[in-house]
Amino acid sequence: MRANTWAGRNRVEVRDVPDPTILNSRDAIVRVTSTAICGSDLHLVDGYVPTMQDGDVMGHEFMGEVVEVGSGVDPSRLRVGDRVVVPFPIACGACAACTAELYSCCENSNPNAGIAEKMFGHPVAGIFGYSHLTGGFAGGQAQYARVPFADVGPLKIESELSDEQVLFLSDILPTGYMGAEMCDIQPGDVVAVWGAGPVGQLAMDSARLLGAAEVIAIDREPYRLRMAEEAGHTVVDFEEVDVRSRLLELTGGRGPDKCIDAVGLEATHGSTPIGAYDRIKQAVRSETDRPHALRQAILSCRSGGVVSVIGVYGGLIDKFPAGAWMNRSITLRTGQCHVQRYMEPLLRLIEQGELDPTRVITHTLPLEQAPYGFEIFKNKREDCEKVVLKP
Amino acid sequence: MELTATTTIRRPARDVYAFWRRLENLPTFMCHLDEVRVTGERTSHWTASAPFDRTVEWDAEITDEVPEEFVGWRSTGDADVPNAGRVRFAPAPDGVSMEVHVVLVYDIPGGPLGKAVARYFGEEPHQQLDDDLRRLKQVLETGEVVRSDGAPWGKRARKEFPQRPAQPLSAEEVEELAKEARA
Repeated sequence: MRANTWAGRNRVEVRDVPDPTILNSRDAIVRVTSTAICGSDLHLVDGYVPTMQDGDVMGHEFMGEVVEVGSGVDPSRLRVGDRVVVPFPIACGACAACTAELYSCCENSNPNAGIAEKMFGHPVAGIFGYSHLTGGFAGGQAQYARVPFADVGPLKIESELSDEQVLFLSDILPTGYMGAEMCDIQPGDVVAVWGAGPVGQLAMDSARLLGAAEVIAIDREPYRLRMAEEAGHTVVDFEEVDVRSRLLELTGGRGPDKCIDAVGLEATHGSTPIGAYDRIKQAVRSETDRPHALRQAILSCRSGGVVSVIGVYGGLIDKFPAGAWMNRSITLRTGQCHVQRYMEPLLRLIEQGELDPTRVITHTLPLEQAPYGFEIFKNKREDCEKVVLKP
Repeated sequence: MELTATTTIRRPARDVYAFWRRLENLPTFMCHLDEVRVTGERTSHWTASAPFDRTVEWDAEITDEVPEEFVGWRSTGDADVPNAGRVRFAPAPDGVSMEVHVVLVYDIPGGPLGKAVARYFGEEPHQQLDDDLRRLKQVLETGEVVRSDGAPWGKRARKEFPQRPAQPLSAEEVEELAKEARA
């Protein structure tokens, strides 16, 4: 089959690879009908997540048709012919973490738990197409994908919704939603979202749905800010204004009640010296992540507020504003999304028209053009917000 | 050399104990064991892979046990690498899971064999036992050892990193895996 693979830093390549087979009895094989490029795929391509290898099949946002199931898959849960969306964390459904609905912390799905434990203190769940640290599972930017624990994760789509309407249940919609949910939004809350990429946009929509009085988008790309504005959110361009001052103006001096970091480890900064400081430290590996958005969110948040982190961090950060965080009673909440927890309720919201994740799609390309898709998404060319790939 | 490791498994004491006490099960998750054959009520014969494609064998006996609480064993006779072990099962505070505490003691001999054994365990001897217990947890909680494309070999993992790329196995590799499963 054809698959988009990691081919070294800053290079992806569509290659011929073997078709997947059942390796565990609870596996299914899915013929991929739609898949997408995620912002976190860029962290892999940019070389900020260790343990990628030449030839790794990429992609953790995908859906399709079940073409084969292992002997251990209960037919009442999944059968050949079912149309499914596959959540990005691989979860066994039986361990203590899964029982507590903390699926991205599944204790059994990562065969490379030993590597993850060395980096993170405790292991994390397996993730499709997302380095060997998270299991070394082939991803979904391919014609076919093997899905372990197929009786736990995949969500059956039995209505007539299009692929585009439901594809993002695999990651970015639940991730954005969880970012808003972690904010514990109260009536009257102003929620500021750093990053108007696809996850940020869906976090904004979710925050409004959960009752925020006002949602503020912070970015510098005009097309991304325009997209947020068209969806009814207030925008702040960090190239044009000082973010903290502008947020104070917009909130009567209080600061946003709740802040969401939808940027993560490769932030860019309006202030050149600070940006240069982090870039140099990251380049010499004395800091692995550039945490401007997180620092700014903590400093901007009102006292007693919540900072919710859904942007990806991989290692260590520098100059963490611990004083602001501690002295001003700020709650920091985070996690890789526990997608399985949100898929069904969010599918209902899509069916009811309460959420329309298709609004972030700007490009639909054949799988063969994945390298081009990565290029325009990474360099924010052609007003690229979200790329859907068709195998 | 003494190795200790522990894990928590979300299964009742009787299941975890019964699985371990059926000693033939140990090679399904313990990396170095090829086979354990039960030879009597308290005696068994163990075969393990050693460095350079050698195998070592020894007889063992259960020295003491209390069902659902602990099992202790040790090698008997003229074992190449005299060893002993003890596994203890204790209820976790959550009321549904069991903690499994394992201690293995190896009496590593002098000479070339001792050196080879020491090298086999490498710089991080604990890692192997930790991984063994992770596989025990996978088997008891999910039914089998979990395989990925990068790490498809289960307990026969060749190397932690680099691995084979995270892309589907070739027909030859699938056949190799099937052969191992049959063995």
